[in-house]
Amino acid sequence: MRLELTRRYALAASHRLHSPHLDEAENQRIYGKCNNPYGHGHNYFVEVTIAGPVDPATGMIANLSDLDGYVAREIIEPFDHTYLNKDVEAFRDRVPTTENFCIEIFERLKRFPRARLVRIRLEETGRNSFEYAGQRNGDEHE
Amino acid sequence: MVYLTRKIEFSAAHLYHNPAFSAEENRRIFGKCNNPNGHGHNYVLEVTVGGETDPRTGMVLDLKELKEILEREIMTRMDHRFLNYEVPELAGQIPTCENIAALIWKLLEPKINKGRLTRVRLWESPDLYVDCYGDGAR
Repeated sequence: MRLELTRRYALAASHRLHSPHLDEAENQRIYGKCNNPYGHGHNYFVEVTIAGPVDPATGMIANLSDLDGYVAREIIEPFDHTYLNKDVEAFRDRVPTTENFCIEIFERLKRFPRARLVRIRLEETGRNSFEYAGQRNGDEHE
Repeated sequence: MVYLTRKIEFSAAHLYHNPAFSAEENRRIFGKCNNPNGHGHNYVLEVTVGGETDPRTGMVLDLKELKEILEREIMTRMDHRFLNYEVPELAGQIPTCENIAALIWKLLEPKINKGRLTRVRLWESPDLYVDCYGDGAR
């Protein structure tokens, strides 16, 4: 039997989809409304899935207060109520699509010391969500 | 292979306390969940069964049958119960979402004879769930 625990967190942020590798017309054509120069925002939900043995003394894969503290420090504090393009170093030269945001969150959480990070699922709206579980052929999140 | 998921809800109380820890350690490790009088949740259980459809009925297994198994194995055992005191299978364990999901797997797995139990997902609250898979699952 194998157990995975998933915790769901909310954060609100704005972004603009605009690539420096494309010209104005292409940006407009590809990103549409998301290319609006002033940006727009979403209520994101981040689902963090971890796995590992259950400690018989606590009944837990990891103490939720440790996970919550780690996610608060690594994700909620740096991203909540920010403009991703300007306020987050990683998105100065990378388009903050929710694909890239999902990967960024995975990279920031993969060193959680109390359990193995299995995957990140990121909901941009109630109708769009993205999942990332690290490089399939690599061992970077083991 | 087709997967079928049935959802049920039950309400139950629990508390986290390990008698091997001091009162101070219990408080530090389990926080509010250590309140000696307990507290409760509306648990949501999603049970997924995978299998091939029976060509005569078009079903993996009859939902009525699954509903009865869930009623007998889970609802009568856990609904409106204090898990620490009223579910003997949890005696000596901390009734965390992990341990309850693992118990539900152990209770259901041998009872499902058409198709195979593929996943047990137990929501403790809208922001926390545990998935349980069998050995050999992806």
